[in-house]
Amino acid sequence: MARRPKTRPKLPLPGNNRDAWKDPAQEGNGQVSMREQVKEQTIEAGTGIVGWVDERTGASGFLRGFLFRKVPKGTNWFYTLGSATMFAFLSQAVTGVFLAMYYTPSPTHAYDSVQHITNDVFLGELVRGMHRWGATVMIVLIFLHMGRTFFFGAYKYPRELNWVVGVVLLILTMAMGLTGYLLPFDNRSFWATVVAVNITGTGPILGPYLADFLRAGSEFGGDTLTRFYAIHMLVIPGLIAALIGVHIYLVTKLGTTAPPWLKAELKEPLERERV
Amino acid sequence: MKRAEKAQYLREYQILKEQGKPFFPYAVLKDSVMACIVLAVIIGMAVVLGAGELQNKADPTTTTYTPRPEWYFYFLFELLRVIKPPELVILATVGIPTLLMVGVALLPFYDRGPERRPERRPIATTLGVAAIAMMAWLTYLGAHAEAPDKVHMNVPAAVQKGEVVVNQSGCGACHKFGEAGNHGPGPELSHIGARLGPDGIARTLRNPAGVMPNYSALPPEKFDALVNYLASLR
Repeated sequence: MARRPKTRPKLPLPGNNRDAWKDPAQEGNGQVSMREQVKEQTIEAGTGIVGWVDERTGASGFLRGFLFRKVPKGTNWFYTLGSATMFAFLSQAVTGVFLAMYYTPSPTHAYDSVQHITNDVFLGELVRGMHRWGATVMIVLIFLHMGRTFFFGAYKYPRELNWVVGVVLLILTMAMGLTGYLLPFDNRSFWATVVAVNITGTGPILGPYLADFLRAGSEFGGDTLTRFYAIHMLVIPGLIAALIGVHIYLVTKLGTTAPPWLKAELKEPLERERV
Repeated sequence: MKRAEKAQYLREYQILKEQGKPFFPYAVLKDSVMACIVLAVIIGMAVVLGAGELQNKADPTTTTYTPRPEWYFYFLFELLRVIKPPELVILATVGIPTLLMVGVALLPFYDRGPERRPERRPIATTLGVAAIAMMAWLTYLGAHAEAPDKVHMNVPAAVQKGEVVVNQSGCGACHKFGEAGNHGPGPELSHIGARLGPDGIARTLRNPAGVMPNYSALPPEKFDALVNYLASLR
């Protein structure tokens, strides 16, 4: 088969792009087999669709920038903690969706539906366990990621804003833990949440209003559970997903930090270069 | 950081970046391996530890319960236990956590030196290690504040019924009764009858101060038994 010349246009327009690069001599004597032809056409169709989408979105430039950007020398396993946290969040999202398919957010039925998930639903106990322990894993990973950022001095110029975004993500994740704790609606979760909301209520100025907002009134009532459910599965996950987007955008734009001790190695050649 | 230091950092970073490898496939490979480990740990924990026992269905009129938070809130819970005087409780519940959070969030705005190596930032590194040790210690203490022993006080037989309500309502989770019960967050109740009359006790149970749950949902006869029992503790 003919090798494709390097001058092949990057974004083939649909239709007329084949003959432009095909060697006519080859075409003459070559008994191109049926299989080859199908293969060719499949590749064509593939690049055709990709080209069509790319022409209208410019996605390939973005993807190329995202995937083939360089990460600095010395990048090691500590740098996987951030993506691992995001992966734990994704796991929470997926298991959470499955739990939501069976969960009933009403004070009379919540407890029974959780027992139904645990005892009757196929793999229900596993998914509920994954959601429960996934929260623990996510919190641990966040703190490890934060520790790496702190001890590597990665929060310094020019990445100050991304540190702030990260702290907000930490607070939101802990708020997830708090709101999710009420949902099984057993005595432990109920009374722990009563205490937690009371604690919120002792805050200055805003505290009492925030507590009333969380309780959906001045007392724990029927609407409290649905309110916690909505906050737990709609409000906070949306915020977290959006802020993860911002977080990763900034990481891509600014680049991940190099391990701090690499700096010293580099100083000498740099200075020599300047002289 | 001064402007020259910023420029210097960016220049050095550019060189380190040039010497690096592309994100795909090198970093992506590591991230994928890590993602598999995370998933394996989550599934492993779910299989080994299960989904966790449910207690009884939530009952606002209370039966036995222990108001314990998830483990990653133990350090806040313990803070509440350590700080005793009622007028300082707000410090433990809102003051200290909020200040810490704001302090952490604004870290890059007051720690602006160009140095990044942890061993050359002694103050930051020491504070960081101290903060981690503090949280670990408080979490450990919080984890070991187990469900309290059964409350048993010397009271007249007439008010014995109230002791059952005390144990059912889990008062000992936050209050000390003689030898039984936890030291905080709430005040000791061994001699509460000497300080508050029955009316005062009833008022506190209906309109508790601070973080204490409201007990007005108790059935009237249980509520009265509880009040009489507490009033007899002198």
